[in-house]
Amino acid sequence: MSRETSLVSADWVQENLKSPNIVIVEVDEDTTLYDQGHIEGAIRFHWRDDLQDGLIRDLISKEKFEALLSKSGISNDTTVILYGGNNNWFATYAFWYFKVYGHQDVRLIDGGRKRWELDGRPFTTEVPVAKVAKYVAKERDNAIRAYRDEVIAAIGTKNIVDVRSPAEFSGELAAPAHLPQEGGQIKGHIPTAKNIPWSKAANEDGTFKSDAELKEIYTGAGVDLSKDTIAYCRIGERSAFSWFVLHELLGVTNVKNYDGSWTEYGSLVGVPVAIGA
Amino acid sequence: MKTCGATPGGPSLDGIDLSKQTVIQGVIFRDGDQSSTDGVPNGTPVANGHVRLLDATGEFTAEVPTNAEGQFRFFAAPGTWTLVVQAPGARVEQRITAVQGVPSDIFISL
Repeated sequence: MSRETSLVSADWVQENLKSPNIVIVEVDEDTTLYDQGHIEGAIRFHWRDDLQDGLIRDLISKEKFEALLSKSGISNDTTVILYGGNNNWFATYAFWYFKVYGHQDVRLIDGGRKRWELDGRPFTTEVPVAKVAKYVAKERDNAIRAYRDEVIAAIGTKNIVDVRSPAEFSGELAAPAHLPQEGGQIKGHIPTAKNIPWSKAANEDGTFKSDAELKEIYTGAGVDLSKDTIAYCRIGERSAFSWFVLHELLGVTNVKNYDGSWTEYGSLVGVPVAIGA
Repeated sequence: MKTCGATPGGPSLDGIDLSKQTVIQGVIFRDGDQSSTDGVPNGTPVANGHVRLLDATGEFTAEVPTNAEGQFRFFAAPGTWTLVVQAPGARVEQRITAVQGVPSDIFISL
């Protein structure tokens, strides 16, 4: 868990494209971008179609995850390289997901699609044919995943970090501004949560800020990183981004992603809710 | 190339309930003829651009890539916003005021 083990640069990716033990995966909510062009050799995972159970609201089962990775040519000793659009939101979600199922070597491309495109680096439309592999997942690691009861119990006791935009935190918006403002749930945030938007951690080109800057973002906002921390957003992907910053880049071990996030919490009956900045 | 139609160019608004949504959208072109005075956007659509939406305090709110036609769209709230357009070798900022019911349709030239 460090910048060296969890993050790779675009240069590194271009130098290691042909390495036999690497599988590059583009992960996003809009995988049509993959059709327009992707990094050579990259396969794609759709955030919903590939990684959500679909019947119940949950990750796919261990068996389905094993099948997905096996057919994607990923075995237990593969170095998985993730990237995507949306400032790597869904790629960091997939990173967290791979860690939930215990994958050893998974890394994120700093800056994702955006940095790659702004650099004018090459994309291809050629879709690789994955070799079939044999993947065996571990049981889910709930040390990095928070559930709703734990979140309710954390109010006023643990660090709760709301990584959504200030307008969503205050209750002005129900969703990020590039999405329709729909949804039956109420607006607002979990009481005692601190609003530290995920975007504070990223440079304008989508790459991560320095470790010193990242630490200051949290400690400067009054978060005591020695205490347990739960991050949440709307559907758990932006909070995976912030989980990645804390857990992987800064090496803070006691951090969980609440992937139920506001779409779950904001629909629960009778739980406390706060509004305003 | 020139677009047709009376207004510059975000995606079609068909199917969007404008009475409930505050839409900020537009189109990004580059290498256009700046001397043109007919008000119709011209140039080449920027299909590999990224558009960020910052709130009135400059805080990041959302970001979208442009589509193959150089278009983008946000669903925001009424108020003052700043668009930041990034594309290879280019960066442009533009402040706008959004209102509910009447989409803000922006043409940005790089």
